[in-house]
Amino acid sequence: MKALHIGRVAAVVTVGALALTACGTDNVVGSGTTPAATTSGATVTGTLTGTGATSISAAMDAWKAGFESANTGANVQYSPEGSGAGRKALIAGAVQFAGSDAYLKDEELASAKAKCGPDGAMNIPWYISPIAVTFNVPGVKDLKLDAGTVAKIFRGEIKTWNDPAIATANPGAKLPDLAITAVHRSDNSGTTQNFTDYLNKAAASVWTDKASGDWPAALPGENAKGTSGVVKTVTETAGAIAYADDSAVTDALGKAELKVGDAYVAVTAEAAAKAVDSATVVPGRSANDLSLKLNRTPKDAGAYPAVLVSYAVVCQTYPDAATAALVKAFGTFAVGDAGQQASVAAAKSAPLSSTLAAKAKASFASIKVAK
Amino acid sequence: MSITKQAGSAGGRTGDKVFSGAALGAGVLIMVVLFAVAVFLLVQALPAFTAAPADVTGGRGFTSYIVPIVVGTLIAAAIALVIATPIGVAVALFISHYAPRRLAQGLGYVVDLLAAIPSVVYGAWGASFLASQLKEPYQWLADNLGWIPIFAGPASSTAKTMLTAGIVLAVMVLPIIASLCREIFLQAPALHQEAALALGATRWEMVRMAVLPFARGGIISAVMLGLGRALGETMAVALVLSSGPLMASLIRSGNQTVAAEIALNFPEAFGLRLHELIAAGLVLFIITLVVNMVARWIINRHKEFSGAN
Repeated sequence: MKALHIGRVAAVVTVGALALTACGTDNVVGSGTTPAATTSGATVTGTLTGTGATSISAAMDAWKAGFESANTGANVQYSPEGSGAGRKALIAGAVQFAGSDAYLKDEELASAKAKCGPDGAMNIPWYISPIAVTFNVPGVKDLKLDAGTVAKIFRGEIKTWNDPAIATANPGAKLPDLAITAVHRSDNSGTTQNFTDYLNKAAASVWTDKASGDWPAALPGENAKGTSGVVKTVTETAGAIAYADDSAVTDALGKAELKVGDAYVAVTAEAAAKAVDSATVVPGRSANDLSLKLNRTPKDAGAYPAVLVSYAVVCQTYPDAATAALVKAFGTFAVGDAGQQASVAAAKSAPLSSTLAAKAKASFASIKVAK
Repeated sequence: MSITKQAGSAGGRTGDKVFSGAALGAGVLIMVVLFAVAVFLLVQALPAFTAAPADVTGGRGFTSYIVPIVVGTLIAAAIALVIATPIGVAVALFISHYAPRRLAQGLGYVVDLLAAIPSVVYGAWGASFLASQLKEPYQWLADNLGWIPIFAGPASSTAKTMLTAGIVLAVMVLPIIASLCREIFLQAPALHQEAALALGATRWEMVRMAVLPFARGGIISAVMLGLGRALGETMAVALVLSSGPLMASLIRSGNQTVAAEIALNFPEAFGLRLHELIAAGLVLFIITLVVNMVARWIINRHKEFSGAN
C-alpha cells in the first residue's frame, strides 16, 4: 500500500518534470572555465578562456580559427553567455578575458582589483557593428529620417508613413497611406541598448526612456526574437520598420539615412568606424583603458551614429607570464588587420579605423605580469 | 505446476529482490532529482522575492512582474487545449473505431510522427507561415467580432499574437492527446461494445455508452499531459509571439508566457535578473505540479464510475 502511494506521487512528479524539461535545450550555461595555461617559454601556447557577449560570437569564431592556426598549441575557448555574465566572470577571476557590449562601470572596475591586482581591469574596443534602421514600404527604397522622427515612430507617435514629419524630409518619395508597424527585439540585446542610447542622446526631448538592453515595456509595437527574427518580421509585414544589425538586413528591405548635423548619412562600415573615431575616451580611467563615450550626435560629415561597440575586458596584469602573453597575443591579433578582416568576413562588422586599432594594440601591449 | 514453482523459487527470490530493489531505486531517484530541482529553484529564486520592489523588472515588485506572464501562460495553454482536445479525441476515435484497419495503422503512425517534430520547427512554421496566413482572418475578426473582448482590435499587422501562439501549441499537443486517447479507446472492453451493438445501438451510441465512459479518466490524463507540454513550451512561443503587456485581446500583439520570457532573457541575464527568471521558473514548476496533482485527483475520482468495473 505504501509502495503504491509512493508510486502515485512519483508518477505525478514525473509528469511535472517532463513538462518542465520539454523546453530545456537552449540554456547555454557555462562549461569548464578553469584557467589551464601552461608555461612554455616565449611562444604563445596554452588555453585562453573567455566568456561574454553573444554579439561577437561569429567574429570570435573567426578570430579563434585565425589565431589558433597562427599559433599551434594555443587554444581559445569562448562561451557566449551574455555581456553581464562575462563581466561578472572576469571580476570573479573565473575567466581570463570577457567580451562585453558595455564597458565596466566604475564600481565594477574597483571590484575587478581583487582578482586582477592593484591596477584592475581595462576595456579595449575590438568589434564595431553598425545598426541599420530598416523598413518595408512598398515603392520606397530610400528614406531620410532625423533622430526625432525615428524616436516618434518607435514610440508610436507617428502612425502612418505619409505623416508630414516623414514627408517633409523626403520630398521625392511616394509615401503611401500605410500604418507603421514598429518592430523591436523581444530578447535582451546590445543592439537594443545602443539603439535606445542613440535615441536617448540624439532625440532627448522625445525619447525619455533610459538606454537599456530591454525595450521599454510600456511602448506599443511588435517584437521578434533575435536579429534574424526582426528582419524576417519586417520582410513579411508591409509598413514595418525596425532597427537591426546592418549585416543581417537583406537587399529586399530599405535602409534609412539618418540625419547627422545638416546632412543625411547612409549606414556603411566606414561611416560607423568614423563615428567611433569621434568618440571620446571616458576620463578618469587608467591610461590604457579605451572605454568609449560614443558620440551619438557627431559633427563630422559622414559619421553614422547608431553603432554598437563591443569591448574586450582584460586584466592589466596577470599572475603568470604565459597567460599575459596569450591575452596580449590574442587581443593584438583580433584588433589587427587580419583579425578585423576575419570578423568583417564572418560577421560583416565594421573594421576598427587604423588610429583606433593602433591605440587598441598599444593597450593590449601594456598587459604585464604581476610582480 | 506446483513442482515447477518450487524449483524456480530459489532463483526467483533473488530475481525478485534485485528487481524490487531496482524499481524502488528508480522511483526514489526520480524523487531525489525532483527534490534537488525544487531546492535549486528555491535557493536561486529567493533573492528575487526579497529584492526591493523598485529593483525588480517593471519596478513594482516580483508579484506584479510575474502575474501577467503567468496569466499569459495559462491563456496560451487554454487556447491550445480548447482547440486540441476535441480534435485529438476525434482523431483517436476515428483511428480506433471508424477507420479501416490499414488506414488506421498508417494514420496512427503519422500522428505519432507529429509528436517527434522539434518545437523549434513548429515555432519557425508558426512565425513564418501560419502568422502570415492569419493576418486577414484576424482583421476580419476585429472588424466583425471586435465587440467581444478577446477579438478587440486593432488586429496585429504581423499576426504574431497570442491566438497564433495558441494554435501552434494546439498542433504541438494534438499528437500527445490523440495517441494516448487512441491507446485507451483500443482498450475499451470489447464485450461491452459488442453488447451495445447487439442491443441495437448505432456505432456512435455504442461509442458514447461503452467507450467514452470507460476512457474518461484516460482522456483527462491525456489532456493533462498535453497541458504540461503547452505550459512548458518555450521555443515555439518565443519565436511566434510578439510579446507585450497583458491584455484580453488575443489578436493584438501582447501577452507573454513564463517559458518564453525565461528563454528570451536568460542569455544576457545576470545578477538579480537571473534570480528573477529562475523565480519565474519556480512559479512555472509549481503550476505544472499543481495541474498534474489536480489531474490525478480527477482521474481517481472518476475511476469508480468508469465502465471498466
